[in-house]
Amino acid sequence: MTPLLVAQLVLTLVVFVALLSSAAAMVYVERKVAAFLQQRIGPYLVGPKGLLQPLADVVKLMFKEELRPRAADALLFGLAPIISATAAFAAFAVVPFGGETTLLGVLKEPLRLQVADVNVAVLVIFAIASMGVYGIVLAGWSSNSKYSLLGGLRSSAQMISYELAYGLSLAAVVMLAGSLSLREIVTNQSGYWFYVIPKWYIFLQPIGFLIYMTAGVAETNRAPFDFPEAEQELVAGYHTEYSSMSFALFFMAEYINMVTVSAVATSLYLGGWLGPFLPDWLGWLWFLLKVFLLLFFYVWMRWTLPRYRYDQLMEFGWKWLLPAAVINLIATAALVIWLG
Amino acid sequence: MDVVSFYIFAAIAVLSSIGVIGQRNPMHSVMLLIVSFGGLAGLYILLDAPFTAVTQIIIYAGAIMVLFLFVVMLLNAHTEDDSLPAGLGPHALRFGALLSALLAVEVVWGLSRVGVTGFNSDPGAASAISSVAAIGQTLFTQYSFAFEVTSILILVSMVGAVIIAGSRTRGGR
Repeated sequence: MTPLLVAQLVLTLVVFVALLSSAAAMVYVERKVAAFLQQRIGPYLVGPKGLLQPLADVVKLMFKEELRPRAADALLFGLAPIISATAAFAAFAVVPFGGETTLLGVLKEPLRLQVADVNVAVLVIFAIASMGVYGIVLAGWSSNSKYSLLGGLRSSAQMISYELAYGLSLAAVVMLAGSLSLREIVTNQSGYWFYVIPKWYIFLQPIGFLIYMTAGVAETNRAPFDFPEAEQELVAGYHTEYSSMSFALFFMAEYINMVTVSAVATSLYLGGWLGPFLPDWLGWLWFLLKVFLLLFFYVWMRWTLPRYRYDQLMEFGWKWLLPAAVINLIATAALVIWLG
Repeated sequence: MDVVSFYIFAAIAVLSSIGVIGQRNPMHSVMLLIVSFGGLAGLYILLDAPFTAVTQIIIYAGAIMVLFLFVVMLLNAHTEDDSLPAGLGPHALRFGALLSALLAVEVVWGLSRVGVTGFNSDPGAASAISSVAAIGQTLFTQYSFAFEVTSILILVSMVGAVIIAGSRTRGGR
């Protein structure tokens, strides 16, 4: 039980609690931003400026009755939200959110601000994103209801289609950085051009960034790609038959997937925890700022853009985004070879 | 620690594989097969092959099993009964038991001929072969022909699937 091991365990706990709080915070942010975009106030009664609204939501969800349709497959019905939530949390384990710290000299070896530093981190994120599809497929099927089945099938087909563009944009960044480890990708983005412009990959890969964010929004089933959850058509898609904490788990999984996609995008394209004026071990403040900007962008898009129809969504993914990602990959490869 | 992890992952892989054939509900079989792939991925990591482990999850557990799941869901595979299917002969059970015993003997004989390997205490040796860079290097130089032929094979199967599905809606109905 070295101090480093204890510190790593505490860090894991801190990250877990932070993710849970971020899901709650996202509930508030979404409702407030949606309200301001629609020229109304949003939650303002519960707590000052409505800040305790997520707490009220959690308490309400906990006290609701847990329902299960009689014809539903009990094991898979209960397992589906667990798979969704677990995949959402697990993907964040390999994201680096700060440099190294020795906790002001308490530890002999520096502690990396990352739950698990694996050298194939990019592939691990991709793998866990693939596993997240199962939660939705099983939820759709095991609810034994036509809305759920249709929503589940559409959602999982959408997710596996957009995983391709997602992976190809990741591959282009890996080509630039020469490594699959997220920590090395971030440290390769340190430094400045002309002392002013930071060497972030978004400047080298603007198209790649757009492709990644588009595929990420489609992967997390958020608007404008949220047809599977479209309230007008499908009641609520794959989570129609869920209530209380199972619904809360799906809800939370969606927000945490958003956080993970934003966190990976900041590590890959926006320089992770790097930023001026702060030492490396306070880099997590810059990280939080960048992730929050991307999350705000997510919420902004949801309440501004109209929803894609399902066939338009699939056509966009296969006929436009995938070729764009392939061309981006080829162009990046050519530039890396010619410019060194 | 390595030995304990090995036994845990091996137990997961074996027990879930037994569950795949023992379960009556085909959806449960598919999910247990995914669990068994997870156990295999753990074993690959113990063998210092992280790329193989993650690729196993991405491709096998993440893509191929989703396909299996769609097929089982949409083609309405029924839950099996306890009794044996009709159409087997009267001695089916005895024949099956004999074959299983033969297989067990063969496996034990085969495994007893292999030397016991310990865990490689030098991680550098394995990661030189199994690192992503090394795998990419050999895949695109030494085995590039197999790689290209495999991609053409996959293309053929995709085109075939699209044509078969298309002909049923356009011409057949």
